[in-house]
Amino acid sequence: MTKYIRRAAALCALLLVALLVNATRVQVFQSRAYDDSPANRRPVIARWGQPRGDIVVGGRPVTGSKDTGEQLRYERTYRDGPLYAPVTGFASQRYGTTLLEHAEDPLLDGSDPLLSFLPFWNDITRDRNAGGEVVTTIDAAAQRAAYLGLGARRGAVAALEPATGRILALVSRPSYDPGVLSGNGPSATDAWTRLNGDEGKPMLNRAVRQTYPPGSTFKVVTAAAALDNGVIKDLDARTRSPAPYTLPGTTTSLANEVRGCKNASLRRAFERSCNTVFAKLGVDVGLGAMSDTARAFGFNGADLRIPFSVAPSNFDTEMDRAQLALSSIGQYNTRATPLQMAVVTAAVANGGAVRSPYLVERTTTAAGRTVATTNTRTLRQAMNPGTAKRLRELMRGVVEDGTGTNAAFPHATVGGKTGTAQHGIGNSGTPYAWFIGWAQSDDAMEPQVAVAVVVEDAEARRGDISGGGDAAPIAREVMEAVLKTTDHHLR
Amino acid sequence: MTTKAGTTLAADPADPSPPAVRLPRRRGVEFTLLVVAVLLSVYGYCAVGLAKYGTLPPGAADYGAGLGVLALLAHLAVRLRAPYADPLLLPIAVLLNGLGLVLIHRLDLETPADLAAPAQLNWSTLGVGLFIVVVVLLHDHRVLQRYAYVSVVAALVLLALPILFPPVNGARIWVRIAGFSLQPGEFAKVLLALFFASYLAANRNALAYAGRQIWRFKRLQLPTGRVLGPIVTIWLLSVGVLVLERDLGTSLLFFGLFVILLYVATGRTGWIAVGLLLACVGAVAVGWLEPHVHSRVEDWLHPFASIEAGRGPNQLAQSLFAFAAGGLFGTGLGLGHSILIGFAAKSDFILATAGEELGLAGLSALFLLYALLVERGYRTGLALRDPFGRLLAIGLASIVALQVFVIAGGVTGLIPLTGMAMPFLAQGGSSVVTNWIIVALLMRLSDSARRQYDDGPGATGA
Repeated sequence: MTKYIRRAAALCALLLVALLVNATRVQVFQSRAYDDSPANRRPVIARWGQPRGDIVVGGRPVTGSKDTGEQLRYERTYRDGPLYAPVTGFASQRYGTTLLEHAEDPLLDGSDPLLSFLPFWNDITRDRNAGGEVVTTIDAAAQRAAYLGLGARRGAVAALEPATGRILALVSRPSYDPGVLSGNGPSATDAWTRLNGDEGKPMLNRAVRQTYPPGSTFKVVTAAAALDNGVIKDLDARTRSPAPYTLPGTTTSLANEVRGCKNASLRRAFERSCNTVFAKLGVDVGLGAMSDTARAFGFNGADLRIPFSVAPSNFDTEMDRAQLALSSIGQYNTRATPLQMAVVTAAVANGGAVRSPYLVERTTTAAGRTVATTNTRTLRQAMNPGTAKRLRELMRGVVEDGTGTNAAFPHATVGGKTGTAQHGIGNSGTPYAWFIGWAQSDDAMEPQVAVAVVVEDAEARRGDISGGGDAAPIAREVMEAVLKTTDHHLR
Repeated sequence: MTTKAGTTLAADPADPSPPAVRLPRRRGVEFTLLVVAVLLSVYGYCAVGLAKYGTLPPGAADYGAGLGVLALLAHLAVRLRAPYADPLLLPIAVLLNGLGLVLIHRLDLETPADLAAPAQLNWSTLGVGLFIVVVVLLHDHRVLQRYAYVSVVAALVLLALPILFPPVNGARIWVRIAGFSLQPGEFAKVLLALFFASYLAANRNALAYAGRQIWRFKRLQLPTGRVLGPIVTIWLLSVGVLVLERDLGTSLLFFGLFVILLYVATGRTGWIAVGLLLACVGAVAVGWLEPHVHSRVEDWLHPFASIEAGRGPNQLAQSLFAFAAGGLFGTGLGLGHSILIGFAAKSDFILATAGEELGLAGLSALFLLYALLVERGYRTGLALRDPFGRLLAIGLASIVALQVFVIAGGVTGLIPLTGMAMPFLAQGGSSVVTNWIIVALLMRLSDSARRQYDDGPGATGA
């Protein structure tokens, strides 16, 4: 019997080995596959199991976390949600994350290994770092000025510091409170349905995700190309421009909204926004040089991140001369985000150098140790410094005695360009009002702010929308707010 | 005067000349190990509290005191009435029971409306009480041989009882009396082991006669038709349990137990062949035809089918997630999410909590504790001389081994899942009480096994 008992014992040992081998399979060799299953709630529970790191504007967090006591424990809260929604985006337990909440998600939820004191430390201890903080470049006063300036009108504002590329304001209207999407209950579901169904698209970040025909504001690019390529040598020399101008190769006639454009000098044409002069100028410069300059300003660029992605702005690179003529006055297929037009203005204000726009000043651990700092980066030289200087002169003229006088304010030099962009089939849509500009306070060495404002208001009558009337006052408020902050800073 | 424990342990029980020296009783070893077992359990309890609330849990002292008193009482009973008993059995049982209470308490924190640990502590107290009763009142295990037929009748009655009650989650294994839920099948296990041991000890010579050879293989011989009767009866009984109560685990356990004991008693490989064949036929037929069992098999083959179908993870998938989340070293007690398993997280799936929070390291340690328990049972079987005692020890140890394999294999996806309690660890009063009785019987058997050497040949028993 002893022999058989030993054999039966061997069977039990075999069962033990089978259990151990199988447990090793599940817990070690195949554990990654189980961990990564979308049906496994653990990663989600861990992600929401601690307060999310905050997004900071002007030294104050604009976000928070509240303890719900539920399985997904901490829920995102927002201070002034609608004001900062185009910056923060939302962080929803049900619908994921967008904008900064998305781009900086690993840092905010604590999973970024850079938050650890030692690399791979958390892999060993299975700990999770407290969520880090994201310090933005936003100027709270400028952001508020832009938000209140747009008011109930649809549109967007982007403001930059020309010398660095820091984004000072990023506003989109209509907006929404991202806090309503934070949870995973029925109220979040309802809000999601309501916001997506809203005809005003409040969740669309118009400042970076919507492109518009830039209209006359694009004449800054055309003028830069003309000056850089020597097509125009003297700002005050008469150009040989007929008015109206027949688009080359067609019988279509392009007219002006203003008088006195025939053979107008570049200065006069810029101040009055003569379509005929700039359409012809674009054709004279030629497709190659025009698209080179547009590309240098950032059009047709792939994958700009601030750190969330920005919709690419477009200037066609293959077209006939008639299309080139229209493209040169910001129509046809030319499209730009408000941020892109702010970059154009900033390049002019900054001696022609295009700085990469950025929204995150630095990221820190919860304890305040800096994790990463964003440095100023020059993307390209869009034009010669001399050209930039002459363009600043032209833009100053627009504000001093052209279409943009509404942008002027005391104790500062302001330059700008208005635009009223046609769109829709046969230009039937309500035109978009544009203003782009920069400002330099009297005691400053260089312009401190560049801004782009677009107002699209489907409800206003067509004649009432214009760059100088609707957009320029908003730009002035924003620029004034920035200069006040800067002056305060200097004092 | 005493020799080292190792040399006496290594003595071949078949050796006809017993040592003439007095054996060490090793009760001090048992006491030390019991202290370690209680301290480990209290440590686990504190770890849960620290992980969940950052402070030592207020009940830690009470819990430690309660477990300590139970262990001490059991130890005193052993010291008085079974002084030669194996010193590892009781500490292993206390440690497993203590860790089980910690795990159940830990899961209770996730379900404040449904506390299971207090009841489990009461059942454990009852179990230890019965352990003491068995150790104190049962002088000689051979007395039990007289009750072989009483116990088989009792076992059949117990097995048949739940058929009269409504099924719970598909299986008819519960009896509800006065608010208590009992699983009579748990008690039936011990009674059946007793009957098998007794029947086989009496008839093993008759059963060992070989019948016809098949295919002219000398090694593989069919048993004669006359003795084939009992095995077929047991097989039918197992299938009956399976079909009527839809309890795959219990039938597997009964059948495995019977085949092991039959083999140990007769040494006929033919039995194993017949047994395996019948088991396969029965399992395949029932797995194919019975919808409840069939769905378990489907779940085992495709644990993520419900996820792919968009219905979310089922219990087995959640259990696998828990084990995987544990990895090598576990999340730490109190820090896992095995409660996601939902229903039966504290009973059938308790091992998933151990796997997630203690990791492969902790899970392996638990398996080794069970293995040690089984090994001590088998060693007792080897050391005993009377066939009934040997078979009973092997049978009781095999119950533990098979039960651990069936449920642990089930929740880790090795074999189809069957609702069964992890011995000592899982929530379930019937199970805890039964396992304490198993350990008490093994204590009695191991005491006899070593006493027989101490008192010289022929002096065993009273």
